[in-house]
Amino acid sequence: MVDLFEILIGKEGDKDYQKKPVIVQGITGKFGAFHTQQMLAYGTNVVAGVTPGKGGQKLEGVPIYETMNEAVDATGAKISVIFVPAKFFLSAAVEALDAGIKLLIAIPEHVPIKDALTVVELAKKKDAIIIGPNTPGIIIPGIMKIGIMPASPFKPGRIAVISRSGTLMYETSHNLSVANFGQSICLGIGGDPINGTPLIQAFDTIRNGANIDGIVVVGEIGGDAEEMLAQHIIDTKFDKPVVAYIAGRAAPKEKRMGHAGAIVYGNYGSAESKVSMYAKANVPVAKRPAEIPMLLAGKLGKGRIK
Amino acid sequence: MRLLEYQAKSLFAYYGIPIPEGLTSTDIVQGRKDASVLGFPFVIKAQMAVGGRGKAGAIQKCQNADEFELKYPDIMQKVVKGEKTKAILLEKMADIKKELYLSLFLNRGKRCYTIIASAEGGVEIESVKSQIIREVGLGNVDVKTAEEVGKQMGLKDRPLTQFVDILQKLAKITVEKEAELAEINPLAILGDDSVVALDGKVIIDDNAMFRHDELRKFQVVSELEERAEKSGFSLVELDGNIAVVGNGAGLVMSTLDMLSDNGGKPACFLDVGGGATTETVYEALTLISKMKKVKGILVNLYGGIVKTTTVATAFIRAYEDKVIDLPVFARMSGAEADKSKEMLKGSRTKMFDTIEEAINAAVIEMNKNG
Repeated sequence: MVDLFEILIGKEGDKDYQKKPVIVQGITGKFGAFHTQQMLAYGTNVVAGVTPGKGGQKLEGVPIYETMNEAVDATGAKISVIFVPAKFFLSAAVEALDAGIKLLIAIPEHVPIKDALTVVELAKKKDAIIIGPNTPGIIIPGIMKIGIMPASPFKPGRIAVISRSGTLMYETSHNLSVANFGQSICLGIGGDPINGTPLIQAFDTIRNGANIDGIVVVGEIGGDAEEMLAQHIIDTKFDKPVVAYIAGRAAPKEKRMGHAGAIVYGNYGSAESKVSMYAKANVPVAKRPAEIPMLLAGKLGKGRIK
Repeated sequence: MRLLEYQAKSLFAYYGIPIPEGLTSTDIVQGRKDASVLGFPFVIKAQMAVGGRGKAGAIQKCQNADEFELKYPDIMQKVVKGEKTKAILLEKMADIKKELYLSLFLNRGKRCYTIIASAEGGVEIESVKSQIIREVGLGNVDVKTAEEVGKQMGLKDRPLTQFVDILQKLAKITVEKEAELAEINPLAILGDDSVVALDGKVIIDDNAMFRHDELRKFQVVSELEERAEKSGFSLVELDGNIAVVGNGAGLVMSTLDMLSDNGGKPACFLDVGGGATTETVYEALTLISKMKKVKGILVNLYGGIVKTTTVATAFIRAYEDKVIDLPVFARMSGAEADKSKEMLKGSRTKMFDTIEEAINAAVIEMNKNG
């Protein structure tokens, strides 16, 4: 099983421990440039950017290359984050995987399903991990962040947050931080129907982290990822506390609620179906985001709430 | 984008999947002409993007001109599960021997397309026990797979040959048009052993529409939806009186849930996207001002990098420009919240520290006004 922490920060004693090199694809766009600056300020080791036609220039001191091959050759980076518009995502992702990237964070929203499926297939062949598309990215509070999340909601600690939604990941982490539950990692899997790393796999890449006391899973209507995760928790006898939240209980059926993946057909994807599976796995589901820290405190058996 | 039945069937026809003879109209004058071309009897089918039309009386048999004059206007006015009739399809009746089910759909968990087929069609697939399920990767189906599925359904001779052809064509539609779902229910075996698609449901991946100009003609968007899309917002109109606005789909869904839990009635779901600027919030308020039923606005913004004062500025401008005159109940987390509260003092926008408080105030205010 892949350990996401090892890819993201490495092991103590590594030359680049907590300073793994990261490439930004689409670094000169408004969005890419802004978040490159934010990531650098947070401590992420952004070593290169790629924008065709702008090779040789620099942004915030970061050298820009024409192609991913050049950027990877020059830096040895295995991690890349993509900021290009959705219609260019497929070619950017293929270029990254062909250049040897092993962890690809896919920020763009509105990537066509066919393109996402194609990239997922290629990643399997290349033994690479895709996070997203339509994800805010990953943050290891206090150490590094790869993505578009603001720094303020997060603080270092021992709770992992996995979320299908960006702003709800911030909101949930903020609530946890205020209740004195810092986070060891917060990971957005993305709001699309096809996730490069589905919920179960995301869960498995961090479940064995020595720095995790409990996991918060922020889900929403659509698909059956939560149901599958609940069954997986039962099957693998995961014994650390897990608390869940599901957005979209009041949403009408067959309407796409903002996220491409947030849509209920019949009972497929409904909140009721997810809540009842979580109940079987003994995972409490919060009614609102503010309840999450209380449920977590209950599961951890510690009254850490002020 | 979910295609209406007649639109799905026009795709079927283009790809060579047999459909019954039919004509589509949006008013009774054209309907009468269609009726005389088709000849009685036929079926009158409401075209709306929702299941359960039959039960709701939105599909009816029609034997003669007298019935037609009664039933056409009746079906034109039908509303099923909040969906209005968009058009009417008149279709020749089929001599049905057996009804089957067939679909290709995107299996999100397995991250591939899946064939679902059953010898028991004509009912909702959730209630069908004997489902045949085959994973087919990116959606292409070869002859061998199609034959295996058909044989598993108990088909043979002419129906089997026709089924294999239809399944492969349906797969072609799925792949070429980038559908999330392509469903024929029922797929009927007729008295002469020919196989015909009696209904059609196709959902196209919205995010792939930029590659499918040929499908644009099927797209029916309201003026508001079009405007929302242009601004990069997601809008879902609902039945209540409190507009729900926020940044991020999950956050807005969550706000909708909490409002409903507290007895509030959401008028819409409006996600203005990750960032919240003065311009986007001003545009969102303009959009909401065009919805007549809205009596109050509930705002939930997670600031983060954004300063709340940029959002407060949008409210003040919207009142000044007389874009809105509605009470706003806002929760904005982020920098300079106190300064924002000061700016909004005396306006109709009340700022709260938590979304729970904002919702309470909104529900109380709406109840006061009946």
